[in-house]
Amino acid sequence: MALLEVDDVVVRFGGVTAVNRARFSADRGVITGLIGPNGAGKTTCFNVITGLQKPTKGRVRYRDRDVTGWPVHRRARHGVGRTFQRLEAFGSLSVRDNVRVAQEIHGGPLAWFGGRRGAVSVEMLLDRVGITEYADERADSIPTGTARLLELARCLASDPQLLLLDEPSSGLDETETDAFGELLVELAAEGCSILMVEHDMDLVMSVCHDIHVLDFGEIIASGAPADIRTNPDVQRAYLGYAEGDGDLDGDTGVIPAVEEVV
Amino acid sequence: MGSLFAFTLLGLFTGAAYAIMASGLVLTYTTTRVFNIAHGAFGMFLSFVFWDFTQRQGMPTVLSLILVLGVVAPAIGWFIQRFVTRGLGEGPVSVALVVTVGLLVGLIGLAQQIWPPEPRVLLPFWSGTGWQVGDIFVTAHQLITLVCAVAVAFGLYLLLNRTRIGTAMRASVDNPELLKLFGGKPDRVAALSWAIGISLAALGGILLTPVVLLDYYALTLLVINAYAAAMLGRLKSLPMTFAGAMILGVLESWAVGYLPTDGFLASFRPVIPALFLFAIVVLMPQAQLRIGQVKGIVTAPVPSMRLSIGSGAGVLVVVLLLVNLVAPNQVLLIGVAATYAIVMLSLVLLTGYGGHVSLAQFTFAGVGALAYAKLDEPNLFGLLVSALIAAAVGALVALPVLRLTGLYLALSTMAFAVLMDKVVFNAEFAFKFNGTLAAERLSILGLRIGSDTAYVWFMVLAFVLLALGLLVLRRGALGRLLVAMRDSPSACGTLGLDLRWFRVGLFALSAGIAGLAGGLFAGLRGTVGAADFLYFQSLLVLLLAVVFGATSVTGALLGGTALMLLPELQAASPSMAGLLFAVIGFGAVLLGRDPNGIANHLFRVGRWLRSRVAPGLEERLQALLPRGGAADGTDGAVDVPLVDVPLVEVSGGDPADTMVIEKVV
Amino acid sequence: MSVPILDVIDLHAAYGRIEVLRGVDLSVPRGAVMALLGPNGAGKSTLVKVISGQKEATSGDIHLAGVHVQGARSEDLARVGLCTIPEGRSVFPNLTVEENLVLMSYAGVPASAVLDTAYGYFPRLHERRHQLAGTMSGGEQQMLAMSRALASDPALLLLDELSMGLAPLIVDELYETVARIAESGVSILCIEQFARTALRVADYAAVMSGGRIVATGEPGEILETMADVILGGAA
Repeated sequence: MALLEVDDVVVRFGGVTAVNRARFSADRGVITGLIGPNGAGKTTCFNVITGLQKPTKGRVRYRDRDVTGWPVHRRARHGVGRTFQRLEAFGSLSVRDNVRVAQEIHGGPLAWFGGRRGAVSVEMLLDRVGITEYADERADSIPTGTARLLELARCLASDPQLLLLDEPSSGLDETETDAFGELLVELAAEGCSILMVEHDMDLVMSVCHDIHVLDFGEIIASGAPADIRTNPDVQRAYLGYAEGDGDLDGDTGVIPAVEEVV
Repeated sequence: MGSLFAFTLLGLFTGAAYAIMASGLVLTYTTTRVFNIAHGAFGMFLSFVFWDFTQRQGMPTVLSLILVLGVVAPAIGWFIQRFVTRGLGEGPVSVALVVTVGLLVGLIGLAQQIWPPEPRVLLPFWSGTGWQVGDIFVTAHQLITLVCAVAVAFGLYLLLNRTRIGTAMRASVDNPELLKLFGGKPDRVAALSWAIGISLAALGGILLTPVVLLDYYALTLLVINAYAAAMLGRLKSLPMTFAGAMILGVLESWAVGYLPTDGFLASFRPVIPALFLFAIVVLMPQAQLRIGQVKGIVTAPVPSMRLSIGSGAGVLVVVLLLVNLVAPNQVLLIGVAATYAIVMLSLVLLTGYGGHVSLAQFTFAGVGALAYAKLDEPNLFGLLVSALIAAAVGALVALPVLRLTGLYLALSTMAFAVLMDKVVFNAEFAFKFNGTLAAERLSILGLRIGSDTAYVWFMVLAFVLLALGLLVLRRGALGRLLVAMRDSPSACGTLGLDLRWFRVGLFALSAGIAGLAGGLFAGLRGTVGAADFLYFQSLLVLLLAVVFGATSVTGALLGGTALMLLPELQAASPSMAGLLFAVIGFGAVLLGRDPNGIANHLFRVGRWLRSRVAPGLEERLQALLPRGGAADGTDGAVDVPLVDVPLVEVSGGDPADTMVIEKVV
Repeated sequence: MSVPILDVIDLHAAYGRIEVLRGVDLSVPRGAVMALLGPNGAGKSTLVKVISGQKEATSGDIHLAGVHVQGARSEDLARVGLCTIPEGRSVFPNLTVEENLVLMSYAGVPASAVLDTAYGYFPRLHERRHQLAGTMSGGEQQMLAMSRALASDPALLLLDELSMGLAPLIVDELYETVARIAESGVSILCIEQFARTALRVADYAAVMSGGRIVATGEPGEILETMADVILGGAA
């Protein structure tokens, strides 16, 4: 049963079509990947899902309700949370206060005057994503990777049912990325559905249940990681050629899996 | 029918002049993203220059016109772009607004200084010449206005579409960075558009002077007409701006022709532009949340609670001493300062913490004062209701612009201030034209605070309590929310905050605080009238709040005191009256980029002093004074000695701790 | 050995406290086409911004044709023969095609010559000369952007992610244009994320990752390294 359905969404900026009849879904309790080359329209899709961008055409359904006309905050109140590719942490607040604000927004006006407290404490959230040591730093002074984790913690503070992560692992090193992958799997196991835009293919392939590939604003492939990995359309979109195209002096074999160069 | 045609035609002539002015506004705004609130003020200033050239220096009209439009105005425009507004377009809207409001006030001051008030006449071009067209008489001046508008429209069209620099102007609207990669110079483009824009402001001003007279304020307010016209084209489209200007001109003309000449409706005539503006703003579509906002602003640090309470008590003691020492008439001045300081507190909340600019804050004080006088409930309940009424009015102003942000919100408040100033406050149900209302001083629990000294001290108490309340709020959840909303509205939205209602609430709270100040002010004065709450006063409140620091309550205290002193200084040396305005206005231009203002610099000095002097001083003071003892002996009720205040907590020596201790009152 | 057209030595740059370029060394020989590849976030676009004068470096040196140019403004660099086509659609969407071309004359070539070259090369642009650039397809917009490189006869051409968001067929077409520009003797540094096509026209290639150049060499050698860096074990 799909939690989120993006149905035939078109977004045009002036004459440029950023998203062209995209149709994909995200299921409950699993991690779904949305991948594609730079400029394929992934972030625009996220903006449409969260309500920051009105689609030119098409519908967004969430929990079987048409939310296309809903304002941003209403979708958030119904459990749609997101992180941003270009970071949107509250720069002049401390890391701890970033999460606290999220909790307070989630708690509503009562919480603003010290009434209600969230079930999960701020410290626990910071600990969960592993940024406790930065708790007292100003959010605009922490490294990118940490800020991404902060955005995740902030989002978790609002207790989302659908978590949209926009390139969450860029800026993290290998060990951090592994830990991050585990965290995602844990979250999904707890019942949080995740839709993730990500460039780190190792991460995507290892944690995602389903993957949708967006290219040139269109969904060119959908399926399980194993199918996506060998899909010629996907390879063409990424590399400009597919295994077996054989257009560059005989180099047609399967590209060997080697450790990252860095 | 004949008269309808006549009024329409007359309206088109005025509309033509508005169109000239508005097109200049649009040109500068689109190419540099700086909305020039001082656009009308530049028109005013340059009309005075034109008067000076033609009447005082006796130069021929054509030569003067060429000099003003071709040399003086472009030079000013170039200078302003080069040294004042450059780079403002990329920053927060509030900074650009404050800087251009500073220009507005500064220009008025400068004009008053150079050309002191006296009747001046600027005759229409070829006055006396005209033609009978059917049953109306068209003057040469009107025809020239129309011809100028057509020429401006045509000239701008040619410039923007047929020349490379004009194409570059439009290109820099899209993407100035890319223009640089093309080898174009966005700075040169911006300077040119400011030069042309100011020149058009001058031409519009000169053409309109025979209609609105050579007046510092009337010509300055033409920016609202220009803005209203430009809004029809969403501040972007020049053809729509021309259309908007013509519609506005015709509406005004019809108002002259068909509205009754006396009574409440008659007072609507001068506010047609403001009403027109509201109508368009209400019809505008929802602004989308933007991603990638200005973030990580450094604000003045929030003082610790202990320090705040100590400082507040200190202020109360000092004021208690002052009100008993100074001359009786000066006691009232302290009350006036407290009024301004409270109004500035409302700006600390709205602008300093929230990042929104209001150009009508003193008008809300007026609403509070009016409500207090009308209610005739001189007690805390009456004061509270007055504040609530002001808050409700504040919410009403924010509601139509609920969907809009930044610039539109601020400009709508200015239109609102003018509307209140010219219509509502003068209406029969309010203060009446040139009238006043009596207001009694309030009683608390049946005890009337009658004496000046007690009442003024009570006002200062209200300031201190509000300031403490504001600091509590700032340290709490609401304060964090305000900062978060300023840093990234889109993140707040995606976390579930309804920014629109939050903004309305913020606006209402801020207006309520200002309204409270108004209520107290009414009690202080005993009689209040419309003349106490001119829209211009709101601009001064904003400027001084920003100059002294809109992010701290100390800034509000200093700003309030300064604003109280301003008319006193002006009265003391009338020849310098304009100069003081100019100093404040241009001071705000210099300091407007840093909303932390002078107060923050004082904190820095205080911090430095404490790090240098405090350790030794503390030792010596402790040797001199028994700790906690009321050594001043003036009032046993206050048991926090002043001298202790800055020293509290320094002994901790923790660097994180010393960051918090900034507040020196 | 002749002086390289572009010589970058130990270049560092940062956004706030976050260092993005951590000692980049890169040299583009005169008349050569160099492809600079690397994954997202490697610092490629930042490098382009620093070379083109849009962003200040924290330390290090840049020499253009042997001249030390650090700190020069981008508009001045553009006028002395550095043509930068930045990431994304690098045209003015609300200007017509012809107006876009007219603005290209700021680089020093008369407007009429720019129009002749562009229309001669891309007849499609002539058909659409009165159309707003933003309403054309992505490929056509990149043609328009490339016209600047064609018409202004630059000393060095910086291409940032030319293929972004374009169908492979169109990318091929664009790279044919790049090859032709290269034939006329223009030195080119082209930055790509996923780029077999870029390697086809390149004489040399370099791989960037984590703010440094991690490999340089002939296109053939680089290709293998590339697949690892970008798709990991995926492909």
